[in-house]
Amino acid sequence: MKKLKRWYLRLTRKQKLLLLRILLAVVLFACVFTLERLTELHKLIFLALYLVPYLIAGYDVLIRSGRNISHGQVFDENFLMSLATVGALVIGEYPEAVFVMVFYQIGELFQNLAVEKSRRSISDLMDICPETATRLVNGEEETVSPEEVAPGDILLVRPGEKIPVDARVLEGASALDTAALTGESAPREIAVGDKAVSGCVNLTGMLKLEALCGYEDSAVSKILELVENASFNKAKSENFITKFAKYYTPAVVLAAVLLAVIPTAITKDPATWVYRALIFLVVSCPCAVVISVPLAFFAGIGGASAKGLLVKGGNYLETLAGAKTAVFDKTGTLTAGAFRVTEILPAEGLTERQLLTLAAGAEYYSNHPLAVSIRTAAADVKLTPPTKVAEAAGRGVKAEFSGNVVLAGNAVLLRDEGVDFVAQKDDSTMVYVAADGRYAGVIKLEDVPKPGAREAIAALRQAGVKKTVMLTGDRRAAAEKVGEAVGIDEVFCALLPQEKVEKLKGLLHKKEPLFYVGDGINDAPVIRLADVGVAMGGFGSDAAIEAADIVVMDDDIRKLPLLLSIAKKTRRIVTENVVFALVVKLAVLALATLGIANMWLGVLADVGVAVLCILNSMRMLKK
Amino acid sequence: MKKSYRLEDLDCANCAAKMERAVAGVAGVNRVTISFMAQKMVLDAADERFEAILDEAEACIKRVDANCRVIRK
Repeated sequence: MKKLKRWYLRLTRKQKLLLLRILLAVVLFACVFTLERLTELHKLIFLALYLVPYLIAGYDVLIRSGRNISHGQVFDENFLMSLATVGALVIGEYPEAVFVMVFYQIGELFQNLAVEKSRRSISDLMDICPETATRLVNGEEETVSPEEVAPGDILLVRPGEKIPVDARVLEGASALDTAALTGESAPREIAVGDKAVSGCVNLTGMLKLEALCGYEDSAVSKILELVENASFNKAKSENFITKFAKYYTPAVVLAAVLLAVIPTAITKDPATWVYRALIFLVVSCPCAVVISVPLAFFAGIGGASAKGLLVKGGNYLETLAGAKTAVFDKTGTLTAGAFRVTEILPAEGLTERQLLTLAAGAEYYSNHPLAVSIRTAAADVKLTPPTKVAEAAGRGVKAEFSGNVVLAGNAVLLRDEGVDFVAQKDDSTMVYVAADGRYAGVIKLEDVPKPGAREAIAALRQAGVKKTVMLTGDRRAAAEKVGEAVGIDEVFCALLPQEKVEKLKGLLHKKEPLFYVGDGINDAPVIRLADVGVAMGGFGSDAAIEAADIVVMDDDIRKLPLLLSIAKKTRRIVTENVVFALVVKLAVLALATLGIANMWLGVLADVGVAVLCILNSMRMLKK
Repeated sequence: MKKSYRLEDLDCANCAAKMERAVAGVAGVNRVTISFMAQKMVLDAADERFEAILDEAEACIKRVDANCRVIRK
C-alpha cells in the first residue's frame, strides 16, 4: 500500500488526472453494465448512461481527433479510436464503445509511464551531474553552479561531493568513486598533479583543484550529451518500423472500408460487417508497434551506460549485434601498454639482483618505457644516481655511477662498445647490460596481455565473432607472441598508422559487419572507418569519446563480451517485439474478418501488445 | 546551422515519425531528426532562413498534433 502511494505521488499531474479518469470510468461502466443485466429500461436511457463513462475516459481523444482531422490528419490515432467507438455507439454496441475507449486510455497511460520510467532510469544510472561547485576567490569560498566555473579557477571539493569540472589536483590526496562513469567499483587513488575527471565522487580527502576547462567542455557534460543524443542515430529496424506504420494504418483503414461496403452490398447485413470493420479500425493504430523498437534501443543504451559503456546510437548497437569480425589494436587494447620484466639472466659471477641494480642505475634518468619498467622491477633496490650519462638514441645508455661504467641497451650498443658476449636467440624485447667493458647479463621484458584478454576473445568468438584480427606497429615477434597468448586468428604487424587504415579497408566486408577496438587516440582514423569503432579507456579522454561510436569507459577488455551480449539482447528484443506485434495484429484482423473476434478482443490485442512490448524492452534496464 | 529543440507533450511515437517526415519536406531543411525517446528535434537547415524554416517546422508539428509545442530557448 505504501509502495502504491509512493508510486502515485511520483506521477505528473497529467498522469494522475488520466489515472483518475480511467478508474472513475471503469467503476461507472461496471455499474451501468450490471444495471443493464438486471433491469429492462429503454435503450436510449442506457445510451445516455454509457455515455458518461465514455466521455469521462475519452473526451480528450474526441477533442484531439476533431482538431487533427481539421488539419487533414485522417490516419491519426485519436481519430481512428473516435471513429471506431462512435461507430460502435451508432450500431448499438454501447459496452464495446466504452470498453474500447477505456482500454485505449489505459494503454496510453502505461506507455507514457514506461517511456518516462526508462528516461528517468537512464538519468539515474548516469547520476554524474554535479549540482554545485565551491570556488576559492581571494581565500574566500563561494558556491557557484558548475556552469560558472572558468578555466584556471581554484576549486575545493570535499569528501562526498562530485568533481564539478575536469581539473588538476593542486593540494590534497583522495580516492575517487568512478562507478557512475566507468561501472567499476574500485576507487581510484588521486594525488597532486593528477587529473580529476568531472562527475566522479570525491571519497576520502579534501581536494584543492585548478579547473582545466569550463563545464561544457568537461567530461561530464559531454557524456550526458552523448547519451541523450544517442536516440537520434536511429537503427535500421526503427526506420523500417516507422516506414511500415506509414503504410500499415492506411492499408488497414482501407480494408475496413472495403469490409464495411462490399459484403454489405452482397448480404444486405450492415450491422455484422460494419461491426467487423470497426474492429479493423481499433487494430489499425500503429503506435504500440512503433514505440517498441526505439524503446528497446533506448533501454539497451541505458543498460549499457550503467556498465560504463557509452553507445552513441541504436544503429551501432544493431550493427554490433551482427558483427562477424573483430579487429584490435595491440598496445593499450589487448596489452596493458606497460612492459614487465619477465626474465633476468645474469652473467656468471653475478646475482639477479646485482644485474638489476646495474641496469636500473644506468637507466636512472631515462624516460624510455623499457627504462621505466626496469626501475619498477627494481623498486626495492636503493639506487645511486649516475654522475655521467650519455644516451645513444635507439641503442641505450652509457652511465657512470658507483665507480663503474655501465652500458644498458640493445645488442648493437654492446657490440659498438666492444663488449664480448653471445646474443640471445629468441625475439622478445631485451636490455643487455655490461659493466666496465665486461658482459653482465640480459633482462627480458614483455608487453603483457591485459588480464582476461584471452577469455574475452574466447567469449567474443562464442558470441558469434568468426574472425579476430590484430593490427600493430610492433615487430613481428612481439606481436605474434601477444596474438598467440590472447588467441587472435590473424596478426598484421609493423604497420604505420596509414597502413592500419589500408589494412582495415581490406578487412571491411559488405554483408558482415566489423568492429574495431582501439584506444581512440592514435587510431582515430581507423576507428572512424570501421562499421563500429570502439574506444577503450575513454575515461578522461575526450579524443577517444569524440572519435568512437562506442566508448568503453575503463580499460577492462572483459567489457567487450558484455557489450556484444547487450547488443545481441537488444536486437533480440526488437525482433521479438516486431514479430509478436505483427502476428497478433494480423491474427486479430483475420479473426475479425471471419467474425470470430469482437471489439473487446481487438482493443485487448492492441493495448496488450503495446504493454507486453514495453515490458519486454524494459528488461534491458534491469541490472 | 544545426540546433536542437525540446518538444513538449510529444505523446506518441508514430506522431514523431509523421512530424519528422513533414518537417523534412520543408524547403531549406537539410536534415531533421525527431526523437520520441529524447522528446527533442534536431534541425539542420539553411542559415539565412533558419528562423523562418523553424516557424514552418513548428507549423508542420502542430498539424500532426496540435498539443505539441516547440520550446525555443
